[in-house]
Amino acid sequence: MRDAFARALYQFAKQDPRIFIIVADISPAGSMAQFRTEFPERFVNVGVAEQSMIGMCAGLAMRGCRPFAYTIATFSIYRPFEYVRDDLCYQNLPVTVVGIGGGVAYSTLGGTHHAQEDIAMMSALPNMSIVAPCDPRETEAAVGACVRHGGPVYLRLGKAGEPDLTANALEPFQFGKLRLLKEGSDVCLLSYGPMTALAFEVAARLEAEGCSVAVMTCPTLKPLDTEGLVRVLRRFHTVVVVEEHSERGGLAVQVKALAWESGASCRLETFSLKDAFIHFFGTQRQMWGEHGLTADAIYTRIRA
Amino acid sequence: MAVPQAARRFDVEDSKHRCVRFRKRILEISQTVTALHIGGSFSCLEMLDTIYFGLMRRDGPSPDTFILSKGHGSMAQYVVLEELGILSRADLALYSKPGGRIATHPDYGTPGIEASTGSLGHGLGMALGMALADKVAGIDRHVYVVMSDGEMQEGSVWEAMMLAPSLKLTNLIAFLDLNDFQSLGQTSKILPNFYPVRDKVTAFGWEAAEVNGHDAQAVYQAVQARKGSVPFLLIGRTVKGKGVSYMEHVPMWHYRSPSPEEYQRALQELDGGELR
Repeated sequence: MRDAFARALYQFAKQDPRIFIIVADISPAGSMAQFRTEFPERFVNVGVAEQSMIGMCAGLAMRGCRPFAYTIATFSIYRPFEYVRDDLCYQNLPVTVVGIGGGVAYSTLGGTHHAQEDIAMMSALPNMSIVAPCDPRETEAAVGACVRHGGPVYLRLGKAGEPDLTANALEPFQFGKLRLLKEGSDVCLLSYGPMTALAFEVAARLEAEGCSVAVMTCPTLKPLDTEGLVRVLRRFHTVVVVEEHSERGGLAVQVKALAWESGASCRLETFSLKDAFIHFFGTQRQMWGEHGLTADAIYTRIRA
Repeated sequence: MAVPQAARRFDVEDSKHRCVRFRKRILEISQTVTALHIGGSFSCLEMLDTIYFGLMRRDGPSPDTFILSKGHGSMAQYVVLEELGILSRADLALYSKPGGRIATHPDYGTPGIEASTGSLGHGLGMALGMALADKVAGIDRHVYVVMSDGEMQEGSVWEAMMLAPSLKLTNLIAFLDLNDFQSLGQTSKILPNFYPVRDKVTAFGWEAAEVNGHDAQAVYQAVQARKGSVPFLLIGRTVKGKGVSYMEHVPMWHYRSPSPEEYQRALQELDGGELR
């Protein structure tokens, strides 16, 4: 996803001289090379100085630029949280803060590198929008939305090597909208980010048993597509949310709230990361498993 | 590198008269609220006056930018903006009042306010972004930032201090209101290793000069005499509460408003002549 981001940003930057990328000593080296070479004055490494990265982006935006701040998610929003809040959100500036390794993608780096509460934190900030694409292709579309958006955006990305999940999507990516990737009529699996791959695996197992399963992504976590979600809650007898985020303040609790407010009568099952720091090291998949998120576990509960 | 001359002649006598008037106006407004950070506004007044009336290019297609990073000194900026006609008398009458648009800290979007500050340590980072955008776009414009000594204890300031010379932001001119006081006491006692400031700043790659921050002529000349090959910091040694004897160096006047009797005494002192 980080390479897709770099490619897309380079393409937009060729057309749009307002685009800057300010990194805090973390950058997709290979894929960003073209941007650095062709627009050296618009690629700035501030060093390991995340507060300045965000502050500088605010100043650039005040001059009419469209800066992207880029580093690992924990460092792009947790370390400079108050700068994100005051400089970007309070002043409502068009800055995209890119968080690489959203969720537990850095699964061998320990909890210091896990952004498992990032959506809750960014959701709480007025003016902030949140986009979390599920694969490289959706990432490219999301970058365009960030360039066009008139306020701050938290762009939550995975890392590298994510599979293509949207080549056969039934709807295009649209900022602020749910996206139908696979049609079905009984169960709807709703996810975002790289964990959408897990939703597809669960869907395949259910379909093998004759169940018709839709897979949707919710790539914009804020503003949430409440109308689209209410339609989903009305249309399917079972709705399942699968997310790589803490059970506190992610998509799952928001869908539950919407279900209550809209008087939904469907069955609603949600799967989130635990509200816990788990001292485990392994692959991202294995880390999901430590949080209880496996295709088996999800399938079993839906079948129960 | 030649430093562009200021767009207008800076008359130091005019500046002195204005600063007396500004202090009286701040005192007048102090009587409408219980608190307004009077001490830190008085300490930076001469520097703000010198920036706005001597150094800044305020008109044309790309006017200079001013950021009061020590946002709690906002009264000093509001009275200057009123003098310039950017804020109205009615605006200042509604300071910190319902229906008003100015309050304790500068708010982005208010006329004349180019960044929201108040949380310390934010102004310099934003100024870096503005200065970088201007440099890349080839726009001849300066960004002026005023910080406090308490503020310079924020790590973010030193991030930005380290970064600005690396980016060769020669269009960045910062001011330090070195009044040696912060909320809970004297900076030189709370953090003696903060001093000497100038050595630290130059070690970070800045050009710096240190003058009496209440001497507008000295402030003006020090900025005009800079070499300008790296970002510049003017360290102004100042007095918190400057101009009203009972306020000077007294931490209580960081925040509170004078009583009616104290107000009259302050006016008499200011009417009595030049600042000591």
